[in-house]
Amino acid sequence: ASAQFQLAVPVDVVFAPGSVPGDLPKPLPFRDVQEMEISVNLRTSIMSRYEMVYRSTTAQEEAALDSATAQEADAALRPLQDASLGSLTVYVVPETSSLLPQGISIYVGKHRGTLVRAGGGLAALRTRLRQLTQVMSFTASSIAAALSDRVPDGQLGPDARRHLKSSLGYEITFSLLNPDPKSHAVDWDIEDAVNRYVQPVLDKLSLVANFSVDSQILYYAVLGVTPRFDKESSSFLLSAHSLPHVINPVEARLGSSAASLYPVLNFLLYVPERSHSPLYIQDKDGAPVSTNAFHSPRWGGIMVYNVEAPASPQASLPLHVDVDMVRVMEVFLAQLRLLFGLSREELPPEFLLESPGSEGLADWELDRLLWAHTVENIATVSTTLTSLAQLLDKIGNIVIKDDVASEVYRAVASVQSAMAKLATGHLHSAFQASKEAVTSSERAFFDPSLLHLLYFPDDQKFAIYIPLFLPMAVPILLSLAKIVRETRQRKKEPTKMD
Amino acid sequence: VCTSRFWFNYRHVANTLSVYRSVKRLGIPDSHIVLMLADDMACNPRNPKPATVFSHKNMELNVYGDDVEVDYRSYEVTVENFLRVLTGRIPPSTPRSKRLLSDDRSNILIYMTGHGGNGFLKFQDSEEITNVELADAFEQMWQKRRYNELLFIIDTCQGASMYERFYSPNIMALASSQVGEDSLSHQPDLAIGVHLMDRYTFYVLEFLEEIHPASQTNMNDLFQVCPKSLCVSTPGHRTDLFQRDPQNVLITDFFGSVRKVEITTETVSLDSDLAGFESNLLKDELATEPLKYAEQLPVAQIIHQKPKQKDWHPPGGFILGLWALIIMVFFKTYGIKHMKHIF
Repeated sequence: ASAQFQLAVPVDVVFAPGSVPGDLPKPLPFRDVQEMEISVNLRTSIMSRYEMVYRSTTAQEEAALDSATAQEADAALRPLQDASLGSLTVYVVPETSSLLPQGISIYVGKHRGTLVRAGGGLAALRTRLRQLTQVMSFTASSIAAALSDRVPDGQLGPDARRHLKSSLGYEITFSLLNPDPKSHAVDWDIEDAVNRYVQPVLDKLSLVANFSVDSQILYYAVLGVTPRFDKESSSFLLSAHSLPHVINPVEARLGSSAASLYPVLNFLLYVPERSHSPLYIQDKDGAPVSTNAFHSPRWGGIMVYNVEAPASPQASLPLHVDVDMVRVMEVFLAQLRLLFGLSREELPPEFLLESPGSEGLADWELDRLLWAHTVENIATVSTTLTSLAQLLDKIGNIVIKDDVASEVYRAVASVQSAMAKLATGHLHSAFQASKEAVTSSERAFFDPSLLHLLYFPDDQKFAIYIPLFLPMAVPILLSLAKIVRETRQRKKEPTKMD
Repeated sequence: VCTSRFWFNYRHVANTLSVYRSVKRLGIPDSHIVLMLADDMACNPRNPKPATVFSHKNMELNVYGDDVEVDYRSYEVTVENFLRVLTGRIPPSTPRSKRLLSDDRSNILIYMTGHGGNGFLKFQDSEEITNVELADAFEQMWQKRRYNELLFIIDTCQGASMYERFYSPNIMALASSQVGEDSLSHQPDLAIGVHLMDRYTFYVLEFLEEIHPASQTNMNDLFQVCPKSLCVSTPGHRTDLFQRDPQNVLITDFFGSVRKVEITTETVSLDSDLAGFESNLLKDELATEPLKYAEQLPVAQIIHQKPKQKDWHPPGGFILGLWALIIMVFFKTYGIKHMKHIF
């Protein structure tokens, strides 16, 4: 199905006093629109419009920009910004400003505001703005990844199909694996950790999907791979190429099939046996990984938590172990971000990104997720509805129930509204509309009544009905012939009888 | 999927269970396997060794253990359920283990065995699935991207006819015999009294026994399994719909499960004391009532209940007809004018 997307991003460019470049085409304030086309395949293309409004600062903004550090300025500017999802505000500060540290010309805050150092005229500013919008909203590759089933196979990089597909909900399961309960009695206060560290992140992500969290402890669950002993570091090592085989033996015991129908994300914490401690994960170059953790796209992550050897050999087993949940949650939350595709690497050196702290992700990262998910939802809906229409064309005798029909109408209406809202820059309502569209279209497509078991090839029809009806039809036809003959005779009869 | 039932089709159940075991051994968990069996072999009254299904003569290998999880058993193995599983058009009350929850990155292996003919496969002696229906079901799966690549193996007579009609991309198919040929069974066991395995599956399993999760054997080797000299029928395969070269496709891509893994190098920095969450903790500390069973049956009330007075209805239907008949016979026999003698 062909689709032309129009994605509009409203951007406010605010010039602080002393930062206005000399070569502006018009006096402030003025509007400017930059358009860029991303074509995914022959029939799908994305037109991105950046609607820029250039203006100077208000008095309150100036006061906020007078703060000592960039973080304070960011916090002070937050209530003055346009807080709607998908919009960006860029504050241009003078070249000599001390807000930005040396060597950094772009500072991206936790919300939707950024500080950009002026200098180099309008062209340089425009370049920086373009880089900024790529980072904070979407890039060609992130949109192509969202539309991965339309992109011809050879063109996708390894990044595609790596991130979690857009879904209405996700189920997160934290599991503690203790293969050696005789040596370690492991205690983890998971409920507290979830409330403190995980719930704020999930609350922020609740705009994207429903999340449910559960946890379990598994005893005598071993990894499928035996780690090697390394004499130099006197520790056990799991090499990078044996990691893929670790997951499967464990997965059978995780019980993920008992949960809901949403995709399940498993986060496992493995406490190695006494005889295999300490256990480190090696990366491809042979160096131990600092986090001691790895993750698998669309599945979840595993972290190895080493317990120190008991101080004296006569210490009584089992050792009581209190898991340091902060360290563990730092890694798990990072893995959660990576599973969703929010990675902070590959940025030009003059960027400084503010860490989102306990919220787990910045507002603009949420926007990135929403852009990708909205586009993905709309593409899915159009594919589903097209394929449903093709199915009905091909197999004429499927009966469409009324509620299936109403779901289809609802899906079409929602998807049109989503496309319209995307074109005007209302990301939040576009996303909600796209979610409704996906729900309706999936319900219509997967309705159990649409099963087409009625394939009757023509030769089978003849083969079945002719032996049944032909012998029955012979006496009927003969008697019909007899009746016709008799009526004809009777018509002639009266002339004869008299 | 094993599409036969009854004792003399023992070999089909043994085929399916042996492939199931190999696939589990190579790492695929039960949550990712949908097993459809008539499941009437192990506890069949004609089974001299109850609770076992052997796949090798002299009873070397019991493939029915206590970790066999059958998702669709007995009369649930129907064409309709099979197509529902494939296309996903399942009633919402179906449990997760009976669904195929695959997405566009899943490689699916479908193994079917039973009795078949030219263009159809017989399901439990009462219905058939045609090759056109199967091809349409696969196309529906492709439209919704429910698979990345699909390997279809079929071990029946004239099996190659079942894959003739496929038209969706990324499907590779193997069959045990060509159109017009029968697939033969391997060896009877004299103690059990039936044939235990089919030839094609037997040799495929011998081949799979040498595969381990990290092996690099590719599909071309699987195509060579069971040549005509051993199998009597000519196995066939179809790879024109498949985009990759079979040389580059590992057996473990379908029979085992090797996930892509990435090392985690980033961490999120968290404050170790967050004072703002006291309110959440307080909420959890509210005293909850001690749990007890809900009232299920008001037993006391039922015991002491008097029987309900039913409203009187005039007799209807059969009783009325019977009485009408009796009265008619009575009047016929005695005539109306004789009524005064009786009353």
